[in-house]
Amino acid sequence: MPDATGLELLAGELRDADGDAVLDTVHAHGKGQIVVAPGKIGWVLEQLRGKGYRSLMSVHGVDYYPEEPRLGVHYELLDMKEVDRITVKLRVPTDAATVPSVTPDWPTANHQEREVYDMFGVVFEGHPDLRRILMPEDYEGFPQRRDFPIGGEPVLFTADAATGDDYTIGVDADPNAGVK
Amino acid sequence: MATTNEYRQMEESITMESRLERIESPDGGEHELLTVNMGPHHPATHGVLRLLVTLQGEVVLDLKPIIGYVHTGIEKTAEQKSYWKAIPVVERMDYLAYFFNAYAYCGSVESLLECEVPKRAQYLRVIHMELNRIMSHLVWLGTSALDLGAMSMFWFCFRERERILDLFEQSTGQRMHTRYFQVGGVIEDIPLGYEEKLREFIAIMPKRVGQYRDMLYKNEIALQRLKGICPLSEEDLLALGVTGPLLRAAGNPWDLRKADPYCSYDDFDFKIPVGTEGDNWDRMAVRMAEMEQSTRIIEQALDGLPEGPHITDDRKIALPPRHELGTSMEALIHHFKLVTEGFRVPPGEHYFPVESPRGELGCFVRADGSSKPARVHMRDPSFVNLQATAPMTRGSYIADLIATLAMLDPVLGGIDR
Repeated sequence: MPDATGLELLAGELRDADGDAVLDTVHAHGKGQIVVAPGKIGWVLEQLRGKGYRSLMSVHGVDYYPEEPRLGVHYELLDMKEVDRITVKLRVPTDAATVPSVTPDWPTANHQEREVYDMFGVVFEGHPDLRRILMPEDYEGFPQRRDFPIGGEPVLFTADAATGDDYTIGVDADPNAGVK
Repeated sequence: MATTNEYRQMEESITMESRLERIESPDGGEHELLTVNMGPHHPATHGVLRLLVTLQGEVVLDLKPIIGYVHTGIEKTAEQKSYWKAIPVVERMDYLAYFFNAYAYCGSVESLLECEVPKRAQYLRVIHMELNRIMSHLVWLGTSALDLGAMSMFWFCFRERERILDLFEQSTGQRMHTRYFQVGGVIEDIPLGYEEKLREFIAIMPKRVGQYRDMLYKNEIALQRLKGICPLSEEDLLALGVTGPLLRAAGNPWDLRKADPYCSYDDFDFKIPVGTEGDNWDRMAVRMAEMEQSTRIIEQALDGLPEGPHITDDRKIALPPRHELGTSMEALIHHFKLVTEGFRVPPGEHYFPVESPRGELGCFVRADGSSKPARVHMRDPSFVNLQATAPMTRGSYIADLIATLAMLDPVLGGIDR
């Protein structure tokens, strides 16, 4: 784990190479985190790969609701030789949730970027096969967002569709729905 | 409906026309490509996994895994629960590695709380996690051998698995999804008679592994089905983010228990089995040897089990002992607050990786200062490792695809979460 000084040195080197890439650094619970500009993520990961962080262990999304910009994507990098980890984070707003995909350079990100897209609606530009992975293909909405409600989701039965009835369960459901 | 049609078009886009041109049979005939749906209900997929396989005769040209059939929104559900109530929910992700799920989650929350876990609790966790690892590998070995046509292996493996589940039942009250690990330690100390029963098990287990080897290692069918089949190089595996026995089978000794010891793993003497070829045989051999090493770890943890509390004495995190409730008002208040609201975790984010039976299981927790996690994410090894199926099996026979999938050991509960 890079200590606070090591993290600053690393961020400083990145800042020297590109003044706009690094936005912030955080050191907490013995681990370093670098916050980067969304457009620079590919470049930053490539630089860190050159510094030994050759494995991308995890890509996951976070919704910082109600903070803005709301959506976050985290990249967990690992240096297997030095046994060292670093987190690279970025934030994008919901109305312009596009991030360059890192899948062409890091094949492991393929499924994980699809999951972030599926759950949070972050679009990864340049991803070879960006479609939903866990939710059904015709699903609407992004269920891991914090403002996505729990319950109240329509449960579909083919018999109801044939008669034109709507059947819903959950907290917000109309108690008379589906009752004839 | 428009989205559905677009999706179908994308799915159909894997017909690979560029390869169609090259298909010429040596006998002058013509070959057709065939796209086969394997699953989602196929006994050899070890769960509800669907593979869209493009075949030329019996040879796999490409495949795409389609997942999500058992997606239950566990990560979303965990956000609605207070920290300690989320433990049983996350345990149910990878249903063969429940102690690991619980430990990754608890470890992440403990890091955010900066809570010290007592040494005895750490050892008890190691004992249960290593038993869990053996149990998971036994299920894998039994079902994989079944895929290769060996029926009796399944019964032998499940015989030992029953012993482990009985041990879990004795110490935790449950056979599966035990909810034994708590934030700050474990819920109870092991009961009387447990140690004796566990020692019986660790005495017999290495002999059993030897017997499994006797059954498989000289078996002509097993040798032909596994040796040299579907290897993948260390570089490719690393690029795909594959960890665990699959990576170790290719010769890379990466194991978080050794590389970055957590939970007192540096107290124990054990070896990391590695393979040389990275083929299906090595994948099996590595897991076989891991079962023996896990037995060694359990024995050492049992011998060196330190005295002391089994859970942290921080009353803001862990429940007070039952006997205090009758005499101490303060204990009663703590109990009430913990049960109704739960403890609060200071704002922060942490990613906590552990070595599960299938590779790196990382739990990311974001705390916003309330008594419920703002985000729980599991980096499940099966989810990432599944991406290696296509590179492993391209150009091999469809029968070898079944064997490779078995040796990949995906658990769909963990993949779909």
